[in-house]
Amino acid sequence: MDDSTPLPARKTWPALLGLAGLLVLVFCASLLLGSARIPVVQILRILTGQPAANQNWTYIILNFRLVRSLTALLAGAALAWAGLQMQTLFRNPLADPFILGINSGASFGVALVVLGSGLAGASFLAGLGVLGDLSLAVAASLGAALALGIIMLVGRRVRSNTTLLILGLMFGYATSALVSLLIYFSAPERIQAYTLWSYGSFSGVTWSQMRVMLPVILLGLLVLLALPNVLNVLLLGEDYAKTMGLNANRARVFILLSASLLAGTVTAFCGPIGFLGVAVPHLARNLLHTADHKVLIPAVGLMGAIAAVLADIFAQLPGAQFVLPINVVTSLFGAPFVLWIILRQRKGGTTFSV
Amino acid sequence: MDHFAAEKGRDDIFSLNTALLSTKELSIGYHPRGRFALVLAKGLNLAIQPGEMVCLVGPNGVGKSTLLRTLTRLQQPLSGEISLEGRPLKAYSDRQLANIVSVVLTVPVQTGAMRVEELVGLGRFPFTGMFSGLKPQDHQAIVEALKLVGALPLMGHFVYELSDGERQRILIARALAQEPRLLILDEPTAFLDVPGRVSVMSLLVGLAHEHGKGVLTSTHDLDLALRIADRVWLMGQEGSIVEGAPEDLVISGRFGLAFDRPNVRFDETSGDFRLNEQASGSVILRAEGLAWIWTKRALNRAGFNVQEAGSSQDALVTAVGQGKQTRWRLEKAGIITEHESIYSLLMALNDNNLTAGEEQYSEQFAREKDDRHDKNEHGHSD
Repeated sequence: MDDSTPLPARKTWPALLGLAGLLVLVFCASLLLGSARIPVVQILRILTGQPAANQNWTYIILNFRLVRSLTALLAGAALAWAGLQMQTLFRNPLADPFILGINSGASFGVALVVLGSGLAGASFLAGLGVLGDLSLAVAASLGAALALGIIMLVGRRVRSNTTLLILGLMFGYATSALVSLLIYFSAPERIQAYTLWSYGSFSGVTWSQMRVMLPVILLGLLVLLALPNVLNVLLLGEDYAKTMGLNANRARVFILLSASLLAGTVTAFCGPIGFLGVAVPHLARNLLHTADHKVLIPAVGLMGAIAAVLADIFAQLPGAQFVLPINVVTSLFGAPFVLWIILRQRKGGTTFSV
Repeated sequence: MDHFAAEKGRDDIFSLNTALLSTKELSIGYHPRGRFALVLAKGLNLAIQPGEMVCLVGPNGVGKSTLLRTLTRLQQPLSGEISLEGRPLKAYSDRQLANIVSVVLTVPVQTGAMRVEELVGLGRFPFTGMFSGLKPQDHQAIVEALKLVGALPLMGHFVYELSDGERQRILIARALAQEPRLLILDEPTAFLDVPGRVSVMSLLVGLAHEHGKGVLTSTHDLDLALRIADRVWLMGQEGSIVEGAPEDLVISGRFGLAFDRPNVRFDETSGDFRLNEQASGSVILRAEGLAWIWTKRALNRAGFNVQEAGSSQDALVTAVGQGKQTRWRLEKAGIITEHESIYSLLMALNDNNLTAGEEQYSEQFAREKDDRHDKNEHGHSD
């Protein structure tokens, strides 16, 4: 008997390294491109803390472009991670946080804070200090967690992905109805603030907001990093996972926690950004041709970040004087690209099952 | 392998004490909220010994899957007790249970771009837990499991490239990678062709007999179960299970009771199912070997009682020759015809108005063959 038969090893790090390199490239490009022309050398000087030729440039790079690009990077990765977890948990290739109502929940939370605080007369958001940022993030995260909690509670009884998806859609309708109700009774300027938020944008985030957004996303990532084996086992379905010793309820709670932290926070600060969450995991599975979450988690994060930073560059539309809503860009440019990737693939149909 | 065999021998002696899995007055079914429980079966006292191949059979909808799900703790029993290696099933932690029992379910597995060894490697989850990766001993267990199911050459392939039979083997390998002492399978042969079924079932028997694992599998392949199982659990419509060696169940007539339908009848002599048709007559058949077996089957299918001897009113069929050269001579109501295929034989048997022309031709044809027929006469024993 030959006991030393080795398992074929597959090298995935070259692909991951390539993606990381691409991310650095795209990130640098996003710093370089903008309405003001700033030379590369000056950007490097600013980033390394040396005085730049123009004081305004320092301000633009540090307080606009850098924080915006960092926001895009984090948001893209976070949404893609949340989408990956939802697709695996529900074993449904169509699942993403938005479809299951997590973003609707977050929208509702934010609408409550932005619009509801106006109703209550307490304008603690007016200053938009750290407290305001925190309450926004907390409201969105709570809204997202509430949405997923309801879905799971009902979902555990129905046991069918299709039913669950319909439930998610219904929850979405219900929350948008509530949001509409809030809007109906709100002052115009608050409505405008909410509407702007709902278009999705990476440019609204300040450094003080980043101080909340970054740790929460890292927390969500930390939970996710404990889950690759669990997610892999869940690919076979909950019953199989249980017979392999997985505490399915606890696993579900952790996955929901991670996904709602990731998606909820992004939704709070950048608005309900669709498309990335559902498309990027498929893109990663397809390009790397794997179902292993140990590979998919870094790959999905990198690709989500690349996609979001790219989308942000397109949204700025170099040379134009206006900024497109990020949702418009991700879907308008992303959808044809993803379609092309799918159709190009020989075995596209099979890899697109979760 | 040798020590497995030795263990098995020892277990046979102490089999009463060392039941791998046993149930006491077990009731299974569903408990919908706010309604009375739907009891599928009750009063079940069952046991599986190590090294034993048990087939769970029964008509559709009697609760075979429910029983298997209850025994693997995917579902709660309504009442009664289940013990695994002498301890109550509910006393085990998820991880402990996964180290003793592993399953192959009927749910379709969507794996996406997963390779064979990755799928089998999922069975190592009880050993690796949440955090660690696969260690050398895990790799060895994966290779070992693939060897056991004879699927080592499939390593490196994507699961979606496999045939149904190959995928079923890989799913069994995944269960084996868990290094279970009890393997529970829900209709592992459901989507397979006949050779696939036989090979999966004999694989399972091998796991039981040569590797000392307890194997419990539900199946719809009754004839295979009858041939292969050490013990059959026969689940009937009335919500009870009769168990025993397959032959015991046939002789006691339990099989027939469980499966008979108005049009279908379990044939106790052959161990398979027959369509219940009115016999259209008796035929005396003289043939041997394969010709005997298949001609008899064809005549049965056409609704004739086949006899080896009988009255002169019965039609007489004599098969001559072997393989492609086999010819069938039919003597019916004084007319003799010769046929090159069973198909044409059956046509002639069912045709009550042979024309004069055919008759003449047939008789002449028969005379020509008579000499050769005589030479073969001694061979037409049964």
